[in-house]
Amino acid sequence: MDLDYNQIMSIGVYGSAIGLILIGLYAVLIKKHLTKIVIGLSIIDAGIHLLFIAIGYIKGGTAPIFSPAGEKIVANGGVMVDPVPQALVLTAIVIGFAVTAVALSLVIRLYRHHQTARIDQIKSLKW
Amino acid sequence: MKKLLVLLLLAVVGYSLITAMMGVKFGENRLGDPQDEKTVSAYYLNNTTQKLSVSNVITAIVVNYRGLDTLGEVSVLFLASLGLGSILYRKHKEGEEEVAILKPSSQLLQAGSKLIFPAILMLGAYVFIHGHLTPGGGFQGGAIIATGFLLMMMAYQDYRVSHSVLVWVESLAGITFAGIGMWGLLLGNTFLENFLPIGTLNNLFSGGIIPIIYIAVGFKVAAELTGVLDTLLNIKDKH
Repeated sequence: MDLDYNQIMSIGVYGSAIGLILIGLYAVLIKKHLTKIVIGLSIIDAGIHLLFIAIGYIKGGTAPIFSPAGEKIVANGGVMVDPVPQALVLTAIVIGFAVTAVALSLVIRLYRHHQTARIDQIKSLKW
Repeated sequence: MKKLLVLLLLAVVGYSLITAMMGVKFGENRLGDPQDEKTVSAYYLNNTTQKLSVSNVITAIVVNYRGLDTLGEVSVLFLASLGLGSILYRKHKEGEEEVAILKPSSQLLQAGSKLIFPAILMLGAYVFIHGHLTPGGGFQGGAIIATGFLLMMMAYQDYRVSHSVLVWVESLAGITFAGIGMWGLLLGNTFLENFLPIGTLNNLFSGGIIPIIYIAVGFKVAAELTGVLDTLLNIKDKH
């Protein structure tokens, strides 16, 4: 089986992005400790960001900044990568930070109340 | 049994993601011909330098084309730090002994962090002041400044950031952002319209309101992240 550049790169980059999403989902669904669940959410975030950036990449493209160096590359027939996914990921990273911070504070609150952060030991969840 | 079910779910999710990504070729130029502007990305790449005179296209998108979105984003950050404070707040009971969660740090860390703390602050300020010229911007610069404060909090246990100063910085930065937006509405037609002269490309004073807004965002993000770190690191627990 012969693989060209595009196939190798798509397996590598898309594969690792999807792999990160699946690892994070696994941690969220299986792990019992609340801190590990929050870490799983962060891993899902990282996978989605990687997927976004990978979709916006153009082969041989440079960063979309028209500094003197970037303008020289464009004048010589080079291309710039898609700026829109990068701007969206900038937003998504900040929102991911906010989600992680609030989730961690809820974990701390639960720990204070139940003296444990393991969801299988929090009795009031069972009925 | 539950693990098997989860693995089955993961297989379904993974399969659907992979089949969805099969049609998206990696590294393919999806912008189309740069000259005929069929996609919004091509429009941004073609027009940012002439219309806004900002060299960093991502900054132009985040602050100008999607400026309202960024205003919402900093409000989400503000809500997160507010929520953190209100969720973690608790009354101090009498006779309750409290212990800090941080362990004492070595003298090496203390001396070293005092040495590089001003340099970290300067790097952060550089990143958000040059956000329209070089990679980086308000969010990145603010995060760098917050890491400087994190270093100081880890090194010195009695290092305190004044919350009233943080609130003032945050509020003034937020008011600057919203005020510039309203000023654009008064002078022009739309909220966050660029009403200042745009200057020449690749100068520090160029891009109209974009550098001013990004500096305000930098201060706001730095104050918010420092507040969040301070709240989380200074949790006292019962002995």
